[in-house]
Amino acid sequence: MMSDGGIEDEEKWLAEGIAGLQHNAFYMHRALDSNNLRDALKYSAQMLSELRTSRLSPHKYYELYMRAFDELRKLEMFFKEETKRGCSVIDLYELVQHAGNILPRLYLLCTVGSVYIRSKEAPAKDVLKDLVEMCRGIQHPVRGLFLRSYLSQVSRDKLPDIGSEYEGDADTVMDAVEFVLQNFTEMNKLWVRMQHQGPVREKEKREKERSELRDLVGKNLHVLSQIEGVDLDLYRDTVLPRVLEQVVNCKDEIAQYYLMDCIIQVFPDEYHLQTLETLLGACPQLQPIVDIKTVLSQLMDRLSNYAASSAEVLPEFLQVEAFAKLSNAIGKVIEAQVDMPAFGSIGLYVSLLTFTLRVHPDRLDYVDQVLGACVKKLSGKAKLEDSKGTKQIVALLSAPLEKYNDIGIALKLSNYPRVMDHLDSATNKVMAVVIIQSIMKNNTCISTADKVEALFELIKGLIKDLDGAPADELDEEDFKEEQNSVARLIHMLHNDDPEEMLKIICIVRKHILSGGPKRLAFTVPPLIFSALKLVRRLQGQDGDLDGEEMSATPKKIFQLLHQTIEALLSVPAPELALRLYLQCAEAANDCDIEPVAYEFFTQAFILYEEEVADSKAQVTAIHLIIGTLQRMNVFGVENRDTLTHKATGYSAKLLKKPDQCRAVYACSHLFWVDDQDGIKDGERVLLCLKRALRIANAAQQMANVTRGSNGPVTLFVEILNKYLYFFEKGNAQVTTAAIQGLVELITTEMQSDAKTQDPSADAFFSSTLRYIQFQKQKGGAMGEKYEPIKV
Amino acid sequence: MNYIVGAFKPSCNITITFADGRTRKQVPFKKENGKTVMVPLFQSQENIVGEVSIEPFQWKKVEHNGVKIELLGQIEMYSDRGNFYDFTSLVRELEVPGDIYERKSYPFEFSSVEMPYESYSGVNVRLRYVLKVTISRSYVGNMVEYQDFAVQKYTPVPSINNTIKMEVGIEDCLHIEFEYSKSKYHLKDVIVGKIYFLLVRIKIKHMELEIRRRESTGSGPNTHVETETLAKFELMDGVPVRGESIPIRLFLSPYELTPTYRNINNKFNVKYFLNLVLVDEEDRRYFKQQEITVYRLQET
Repeated sequence: MMSDGGIEDEEKWLAEGIAGLQHNAFYMHRALDSNNLRDALKYSAQMLSELRTSRLSPHKYYELYMRAFDELRKLEMFFKEETKRGCSVIDLYELVQHAGNILPRLYLLCTVGSVYIRSKEAPAKDVLKDLVEMCRGIQHPVRGLFLRSYLSQVSRDKLPDIGSEYEGDADTVMDAVEFVLQNFTEMNKLWVRMQHQGPVREKEKREKERSELRDLVGKNLHVLSQIEGVDLDLYRDTVLPRVLEQVVNCKDEIAQYYLMDCIIQVFPDEYHLQTLETLLGACPQLQPIVDIKTVLSQLMDRLSNYAASSAEVLPEFLQVEAFAKLSNAIGKVIEAQVDMPAFGSIGLYVSLLTFTLRVHPDRLDYVDQVLGACVKKLSGKAKLEDSKGTKQIVALLSAPLEKYNDIGIALKLSNYPRVMDHLDSATNKVMAVVIIQSIMKNNTCISTADKVEALFELIKGLIKDLDGAPADELDEEDFKEEQNSVARLIHMLHNDDPEEMLKIICIVRKHILSGGPKRLAFTVPPLIFSALKLVRRLQGQDGDLDGEEMSATPKKIFQLLHQTIEALLSVPAPELALRLYLQCAEAANDCDIEPVAYEFFTQAFILYEEEVADSKAQVTAIHLIIGTLQRMNVFGVENRDTLTHKATGYSAKLLKKPDQCRAVYACSHLFWVDDQDGIKDGERVLLCLKRALRIANAAQQMANVTRGSNGPVTLFVEILNKYLYFFEKGNAQVTTAAIQGLVELITTEMQSDAKTQDPSADAFFSSTLRYIQFQKQKGGAMGEKYEPIKV
Repeated sequence: MNYIVGAFKPSCNITITFADGRTRKQVPFKKENGKTVMVPLFQSQENIVGEVSIEPFQWKKVEHNGVKIELLGQIEMYSDRGNFYDFTSLVRELEVPGDIYERKSYPFEFSSVEMPYESYSGVNVRLRYVLKVTISRSYVGNMVEYQDFAVQKYTPVPSINNTIKMEVGIEDCLHIEFEYSKSKYHLKDVIVGKIYFLLVRIKIKHMELEIRRRESTGSGPNTHVETETLAKFELMDGVPVRGESIPIRLFLSPYELTPTYRNINNKFNVKYFLNLVLVDEEDRRYFKQQEITVYRLQET
């Protein structure tokens, strides 16, 4: 092609070419102005000789060609006038062929040919045929392509098309088609040939050059599509088979890819639909490295859009069995192209799936069929390692979700999880997250046990460690994110029928329990709450249906819950388990099942004793226990005593004195439930408070010993507030005197120890005093009650 | 100078005119000095009729021993310059010896003259027809005037005109098959044909068709052959691949061809050849030459 030399050289050559061209064009113009045919031919031939250069790249050559093209337009005008002046166009047609050099000769011939056709002195088809035949003389790819592109250009408006003024007698469109097809074929041959000429090391450069030239070839297909007379019959019987023949036979991957794409783009969708078989039949015959996937995707995209354009065309799709044909073709392509990488074949299935979803949204069986075919293709191979393939599978799996916005559909597809199995574990997780997100986004409620089973099968990558998955390289954040999404998902599983709901819960439980200690902390709580929700629902029904054979009884559920929470112990997550036990206890309380509630409490206490070792955690836990226990009303006196006793006992055994103090005064509430029939044991309340005071005192002294100063009086103020609470609630054991005493104690403490002033404690105390003042002034029963207290 | 010129100045003016000189077709004719002039065109068996007029210059009389006109058909070999071989020679006496005082015209006629060959002006040989008027004089040299005319012979369209078709090649390198639609072409004919590439293992850069004229003069060991390339016509540009067929269409009219002359009076031959030349990228030339017959077709 090009001899060695840099871009600079090329610029120089181009400049030389342009200069030579302009020089001769100048003399040609002079000849045209003076109507000198001889000189016009002479100089135009010399001008066109510049196009004989082999030194320019296609890009630069094009520049030169365009200049020549402009000059040839002027020459054509001149020829036209010349024929008006009486020069026979036939003579002109011969005259230009006297030129000794072939390239100028053929450019001139095409130019006169254009005038010849316009003169109608010979049938257009004969002239065209002659021109396209004669152009065979240029076997040089670049020069040939440009010459033929010139021919195509000048003949475009002169084809003997239907309705054209150049239309001949019979079969005239055929002539037009023949002409374009032949030119196309020859151009394609030249274009393909470029690939095989020149040294191997310039392959890349050549491919670039070829891609610059491809539109010259493709233009012919565009012209074909513009021919009025190419109707479906002609397209099906002649145009398409001939074009495809050329495409297949050229055995060149660049050309095959480009031309297939061209065919799909330039001809109407309707034609494609009616000729699917032919078009698809060519695909397996293409070179193995042709990117058929993109080609077919384009086709399916176009067809899908066509289908979407109007409902009227849909019957056509059914009539030609578009799906079956496409599916078949893809199968064949994959079979034929043994070396096609996995991502390629999966990509094809993605396109087919997209097509199916758009054209046959109602045919889930088709969707499943596509997935099934994909599974078949993937089967026998290990999990996909390459990222492209993985991406394609994700696309494949995401498509139905996006289309239907309903995971329920995907769950009906038997092959869906089988496809997912072929993902590597990381991607499998990503896909599972996508599925969950889809559910969240669409607020889809998964309402049957079967579906739940299927769903968990799908997202099992998140639920448990899959075999061979490297466990340690997980990112902590990602893991949390994933498990949180699973947790959210559990809340989306719902059925109004308790029986079914219980089944769902069982299934979920079964799956999540297999998830290993790391996951349980995330997945157990939502399950517990989901189950508790069911319990509350059943509780609302008030056991009316108890008589029937029912498995969904609260008792049964509680058993389940119990076992589930036990699993957390292996994590270990004692604090979490403790909280859940308490939640369950409370629910059992609401259901009025004392033994169960007691059992849960027992478990909570055991946990507290055996597992909760951290002092801070103990503080939190004991407060939780106290709070929950306070609300329990199901227990008989004995049970309650046992539990409260335990709670107060543990409170007093906390490590830090302030913590002890606070826990103990909190325990006071266990003996005073502000309900109608709640327990009101004023004595034990007071005992608690007094005990708290003692502890506070001890704390004060300890502070004195260790730090040389009394600690803040906050604890006392807090206890004072408890006194006031019970005082107001009418606990007779809490007297004004006791309150008065406490107030004074605090005042003294504060005065005595001025250096350890704690502003917050001061503020707390003064606002407490203000409250007492306020209550006194309020008058009424409360005011009277407060009256004796002096502040 | 003028004096000397005056001394040798002919004493009269001789002109030869043809009876149908105004209407007869004229063709270009290359004279011995290389200049081309237009001369009347005749065919064999035509009557050559005209008039010779002799006009003495003023105050001069022309004494002579007789006036004659000859029609000569001559072959002139340039290697043997000055010697003409007359293959046709006809004489008409126009005047018996005497004096010419004033302008005088002599009609002449050669009826149904047999002129077997065409006028031809080649590289080494020339064939001409001429009318030669001689005023014979004693003491001083004869006065001679020449008038050239051309002869062309028309050939009917040949009844047999086979195509030339041939497969040639270099083993395992290049195999082509070419086809010219005819073996005999008239002067304004067009050569139509095709070249098929059956095997291409060398990189052909381009291909051209040459028209070559081979003029051979003399005979035996003295034969002298001169070949001229009259046309170089590019047929193909670029490297063809197997299976390509390249069309040929070459109009003969722009080239100055003559018909093929075979064994003209045992003196010379003029033959035409089509030479198909393929040039490879290293500028090596591969060619195949085929003789064609060129004939002159009666123009209608």
